Amino acid sequence: MAAGAMGGAAVALGCGARNRGDREFLTEDQARTLVAICDQIIPADDYPSASQAGVLTYIDRQLVRHYRRHQVAYREGLEQAHAISMKRFGGELAVLSSQQQFEVVNDLSQQNQTFFELVRSHTFQGFYGSPRHGGNRDGVSWRMLGLPEPPLLGRAQYDLRKGPRP
Amino acid sequence: MKRVNAVVVGAGAAGGIVAKELAVAGLSVVLMERGKWYTANDCRKDDLRNQRTTVLGNAFGPEDEGNPRVWVDAKGESHIALPSEGNYSNNAACVGGGTLSYGAQAWRYMPQDFRMRSTYGVPAGSSLEDWPISYEDLEPYYEKAEYEIGISGDYSGTPFHGPRRRELPMPPLPPNREYEILEPAARRLGLHPFHIPMARNSVPYNGRGPCMRCRWCVGFACEVDAKNGSQNTVIPIALNTGNCELRTECMVSEILTDDRGRARGVSYFDSNGRLQEQLCDLVVISGCATETARLLLNSKSRLFPNGLGNRYDRVGRHLQGHFYTGAVGYFDFETYDDVGPGASIAIMDYNHGTPGLCGGGMLANEFIRLPIHSVDRLPANTPRWGAWHKQAMRNWHRRTIVIMGPTQQIPMAEARVTVDPTVKDKWGLPVVRISGNVHPHTFEIGEVQARRAETWLKEAGAVSTSLMADRPQLVQAGQHQAGTCRMGNDPKSSVVNKNCQIHDVDNLFVIDSSVHVTNGGFNPVLTIMAVAFLASDALVRNWKGTGFRS
Repeated sequence: MAAGAMGGAAVALGCGARNRGDREFLTEDQARTLVAICDQIIPADDYPSASQAGVLTYIDRQLVRHYRRHQVAYREGLEQAHAISMKRFGGELAVLSSQQQFEVVNDLSQQNQTFFELVRSHTFQGFYGSPRHGGNRDGVSWRMLGLPEPPLLGRAQYDLRKGPRP
Repeated sequence: MKRVNAVVVGAGAAGGIVAKELAVAGLSVVLMERGKWYTANDCRKDDLRNQRTTVLGNAFGPEDEGNPRVWVDAKGESHIALPSEGNYSNNAACVGGGTLSYGAQAWRYMPQDFRMRSTYGVPAGSSLEDWPISYEDLEPYYEKAEYEIGISGDYSGTPFHGPRRRELPMPPLPPNREYEILEPAARRLGLHPFHIPMARNSVPYNGRGPCMRCRWCVGFACEVDAKNGSQNTVIPIALNTGNCELRTECMVSEILTDDRGRARGVSYFDSNGRLQEQLCDLVVISGCATETARLLLNSKSRLFPNGLGNRYDRVGRHLQGHFYTGAVGYFDFETYDDVGPGASIAIMDYNHGTPGLCGGGMLANEFIRLPIHSVDRLPANTPRWGAWHKQAMRNWHRRTIVIMGPTQQIPMAEARVTVDPTVKDKWGLPVVRISGNVHPHTFEIGEVQARRAETWLKEAGAVSTSLMADRPQLVQAGQHQAGTCRMGNDPKSSVVNKNCQIHDVDNLFVIDSSVHVTNGGFNPVLTIMAVAFLASDALVRNWKGTGFRS
């Protein structure tokens, strides 16, 4: 089926010589571009940006797991982001100023809405979801929202004999 | 393989009860389940992979690989749906079915819900109909379900529920902060708020402890096993009788019939993918509205060329769930207390009795929200991404309340399950194909309900609100799926009789939400359980050892 064919494509790519570091799918160039996009979606302030919280790890891992079906969209979308960046500012996205990056990402969100929406959801998933998938490092977004650590408040108040704390 | 008295297909809310009732009555039973048996130890508190937030798949089945469905859009074009996608209308595939990971609201329907046609007439083009049984017929079985499964709550705040002989076996959990905020507001509006009935231990019950009030509730298995489903109540009892064998990871592919047109067993793929047969005296299908219809339609033979129970093209029709609408309220003070399960307060003032509307639904506050649920539920003027979105998450995650409810759907014969002519699953079986929509009046009711939720939130002090009432383009059956094997007295317009027996095959039963004629304005599970107790009771009474009294 289609999933099998896409799996085959992933294997073929994996044999390529491009530098992938400890990533499983994204090349160095793709990763740099994606970092810039994700960090526009969730920029750093008093709390980490998307990439600082591990969102790249989250997306990269899922692109060879549950999101294999989005590999082509990522490859093409990141290529397109690079092209917009070169055309508008004559440089690759990662080295532009934050304002320039915002404009490129804004253009991208209009020119390739499908891809942008994918990255947007995946960025939010990685940042606000469970740390077990490589994002939300140390539960940083949960701390940001004032959710108590350890996450299981219930355990502390749980007493099997007495029942929950009133 | 040894012949048994009964095969029950599907170990969910209904199948578990049927297996237990038959096994306790002394029948030998094989309970077939396509999924696995998970326990509290399999509870992974994964915000992205559970049975409600499924962006990384369903935690309790089916897997995205090899289990496709097809849905048909308004233009008639077909699309593949994966189990983790909304238009699939998934429930679960595991022992316990949906009850392993549900929110566990355990409502009785109201007396009017069983006679919708008599109460409201038939909206043009709809298939609104009365049930052949009444609330009074079901009342003793509601009570049985409440005590055997274990329900906490307190109906005393509302005058709108049907008559009941006994109180719920457990008191409600202590109120959370949302309850404290919403309760006086509802009273100021002249409404009648009360504690939601829940299949969740508030005190030790049935040998298990109470809820520890964590953040991971609806969509998750319960870490301390305080949530009551068939997997930790009736199924263990069935197995303890020694009369019931549970076969997991077994996918039933066909109901086998003999040359006189009676069911003689089932064929199924076992956990190694081998095709097996299990012969028996009677078959009960409890696969949930979509999969039950598929199994009947896939069971074609010389005597039943259109599938079992489908002589008059009735199987798969009237597919329904609920139209969920409501509102999000934003407050200038903290509403979040991190105390699960979150859903705590409800009203049933709006289920019936609004002039011009065919019914309505209950309204309740939503289950406790994980951060991932807030990203698209921020105030309407929030940028969709960037620094201000992040700031809005900090501003509002702990300052929102969601009120919503299941609007009772007005069924349509055209909203239906068929089997797809080309797409097959990993076993090579034709898959569920979903098409059509519920009657448009449903959406008008749901929109009124959303504004009522908004009014309640504003009275409670919300500084702004946003409505949730998007009209879906396809029938959204989901976890509340029902209606595909309608119960009725007329064999030409229904699939089963009031004992859940297929009209023209006396030893074949459908006992699950498929038989619901209408689906109430409430979460359906307690009604599924009550009907399962009622139908099992009739089955055992009429069983003669090899066949049925006529």
